[in-house]
Amino acid sequence: MTALDLTPAADAAPVTSLLRFATAGSVDDGKSTLVGRLLHDTKSILADAYEAVERVTRERGGEGVDLALLTDGLRAEREQGITIDVAYRYFSTPRRTFILADCPGHVQYTRNTVTGASTADALVVLIDARHGVVEQTRRHLAVAALLRVPHVIVAVNKIDLLAWERAPYEAITADVATLAAGLGLEVTTVPVSALLGDNVATRSQNTPWYDGPTVLDLLETLPSGDEIAAALDADGARAVASGATPASAWRLPVQYVLRPQDAAIAPEYREYRGYAGQVAEGVVRVGDEVRVQPSGRRSTIAGIDTADGPLESARAGQSIAVRLADDVDVARGDLLSSVADAALPTKHLDAHVAWLAERPLRVRDRVLVQHGSALVQGLVSGITGVLDIALPGGTLDASIVPGGELGLNDIGVVSIVLAQPLAVEDYGTHRRTGAFVLVDPQDGGTLAAGTARAAEPGTGTDGYLSV
Amino acid sequence: MTSTTERTDVSPTSTTAAGLAAPAGPTTLDALEAEGIHILREAVATARKPVILFSGGKDSVVVLHLATKAFWPGRVPVELLHVDTGHNFDEVIEFRNATVARLGLRLQVASVQSYIDDGRLRERPDGTRNPLQTVPLLDAIAGHGYDVVFGGARRDEEKARAKERVVSLRDEFGQWDPRNQRPELWSLYNTRHLPGQHVRVFPLSNWTELDVWRYIEREGIELPSLYYAHEREVFERDGMLLTPHPSVKLRDGEATAPRIVRYRTVGDASCTGAVESGAASVADVIAEVAATRITERGATRADDRLSEAAMEDRKKEGYF
Ligand SMILES: Nc1nc2c(ncn2[C@@H]2O[C@H](COP(=O)(O)OP(=O)(O)OP(=O)(O)O)[C@@H](O)[C@H]2O)c(=O)[nH]1
Repeated sequence: MTALDLTPAADAAPVTSLLRFATAGSVDDGKSTLVGRLLHDTKSILADAYEAVERVTRERGGEGVDLALLTDGLRAEREQGITIDVAYRYFSTPRRTFILADCPGHVQYTRNTVTGASTADALVVLIDARHGVVEQTRRHLAVAALLRVPHVIVAVNKIDLLAWERAPYEAITADVATLAAGLGLEVTTVPVSALLGDNVATRSQNTPWYDGPTVLDLLETLPSGDEIAAALDADGARAVASGATPASAWRLPVQYVLRPQDAAIAPEYREYRGYAGQVAEGVVRVGDEVRVQPSGRRSTIAGIDTADGPLESARAGQSIAVRLADDVDVARGDLLSSVADAALPTKHLDAHVAWLAERPLRVRDRVLVQHGSALVQGLVSGITGVLDIALPGGTLDASIVPGGELGLNDIGVVSIVLAQPLAVEDYGTHRRTGAFVLVDPQDGGTLAAGTARAAEPGTGTDGYLSV
Repeated sequence: MTSTTERTDVSPTSTTAAGLAAPAGPTTLDALEAEGIHILREAVATARKPVILFSGGKDSVVVLHLATKAFWPGRVPVELLHVDTGHNFDEVIEFRNATVARLGLRLQVASVQSYIDDGRLRERPDGTRNPLQTVPLLDAIAGHGYDVVFGGARRDEEKARAKERVVSLRDEFGQWDPRNQRPELWSLYNTRHLPGQHVRVFPLSNWTELDVWRYIEREGIELPSLYYAHEREVFERDGMLLTPHPSVKLRDGEATAPRIVRYRTVGDASCTGAVESGAASVADVIAEVAATRITERGATRADDRLSEAAMEDRKKEGYF
């Protein structure tokens, strides 16, 4: 047993950016081992946790430290030796802080991959080098495509068992590239041994034929959603400074109307009225024109406030409150947006739906649609098809087969008629305002993840479809 | 915060946290704060009667701080609830009361002591009262009709917590069913529940202990003095440094001695141990935490040591 190096990896410097990523793989591909390896090699495992795992490994008749045990949380899993639910892990390097959604691999837990991928800037998919691309790989890549995860890292694992040979890795890489092209995914493959650590956090001496990045290199350098938003903000600020109009598409779902009145923290705020929310997309600036959805009313941003003081602009991810220049009616559930490209509110939702509940979804089922902070009633008006996860067509659209109902873990194409219009947008171009969940109107359970598809032509210019 | 203690830096940047030039991009703390505010606003907006569990411990203090920012320029529109074990450190209770008064909030106290006094609960043989908090907590939730209950738990604290959702559904018994959790997608939080059920909401889910301390430094958040190094009469039991307290009587062979210590968590005085530390300021604590070798709960909570699955068992039972 070599001594564990316990030098803290994360120094106390607070100025790091945040990357959210998820992991997925089929049973025994070595996902838990890879995650344990990442935590171990970034020195994110504290001594008592490490010792506990060492002890359990010994109790089970193993040797050394089974890194997979570091991430196996719940008792049921320990009993069955499998991962059954998304577990969130936190680690950091001097460059970045990471939030890792560790998603279990079994078919019946695909809903967890959907959960983990929905917030991910990147998805790490494990492939056992001995088996190559299997059905679960296709399923995970399909989920990544459906949820538009910006980057996919395919870790081709256990290459030590193939004597570090290049040919099998190259063959898998080619298969993955074909799949990725069909799905419109940006994918990087890396040959790794999670067990031994090769190309996970440190470059392998055993793969001289590979000169690409390690898994950790990629995680440290891929642009995060927050960084992309910041770059956009900086571009806009430069444009404003130079007198040009910044490209200003932005979205702000209204979560809460701040109207303190008697509860104001100081008398000058008694009449304050601000619309609070987290910027969903783009950069909003003081002076921007505003469209209020779904009413369509217009106004101008008079001010952007935070408890720390006013701002000139706010970008995707920031939680703020805005004041409007006019006394227009705005409530929780409304979407404030830039004017030029504002979405048309619609009462007809056409979407991909990942069904996550035990009971099936059928035509004429009643659901609640949660979109941003809006919650409206919906009626399933059609189920036009179900995705064949083997992706026989090579693309999502070409792999939809006719089907009349959705079962647990199915992904289908569904139409929903809404009781009130919602400003739902195409998920392909608007990851936040194109996303929604379906909720059970009776017990309140979360039933499905939905990604809206561009409105069909002929929906009508006002966005209201007569049904 | 006064800091005169000499120490060696774990990294050249550890003392300059507040003084660094603002980075171009958003920092981890910016992202975590924005997420926490979003969660608080969302859950409060959908609640009939929300409540923040407030013990005066650092995580609950940070939740409350986020709430003051989320609802600025109004007062926090949420009541506070403290499940008082009767074994609290005096400093913590004073701090709690001062905070409540400063923010003009309403505090409800559910007292474990009164349950013991009238026989509804019995003292455990080991004297630990953390496990006894469950019943008064659930009674308070039902009695006051709270439907959204904010807590300061973090997923990095312990393995079972790593799988808990930001919004966690609880049944009439406060139970958490790890096999039947709602999927949590994007930042679309589902707080719906049936009558009798409630949801626990954890705005700090994605924070680490280090994030919490860095945020305390950045925001200048005040904490009970116990969190910083001070001289205290302590004795050793089961590898922990305990303070004599009406609930923690010295046994044969145990003797106190003055040591320079601080607390990493400030719960039940009978089972919360101090650690030897010279960290007298937030910056010192950050340096210490960054270099630390033992997870927070492992270091100081005797009741978590009962079994590896102790936390999971208590969560199923409705504990925080
Ligand atoms: N030789 C070799 N074995 C590996 C490697 N990675 C993982 N393994 C082994 O493969 C087995 C499965 O690994 P796990 O990490 O538990 O697999 P998993 O994908 O997390 O599986 P579930 O937890 O069941 O979803 C274990 O015995 C590991 O030690 C590797 O790179 N090389």
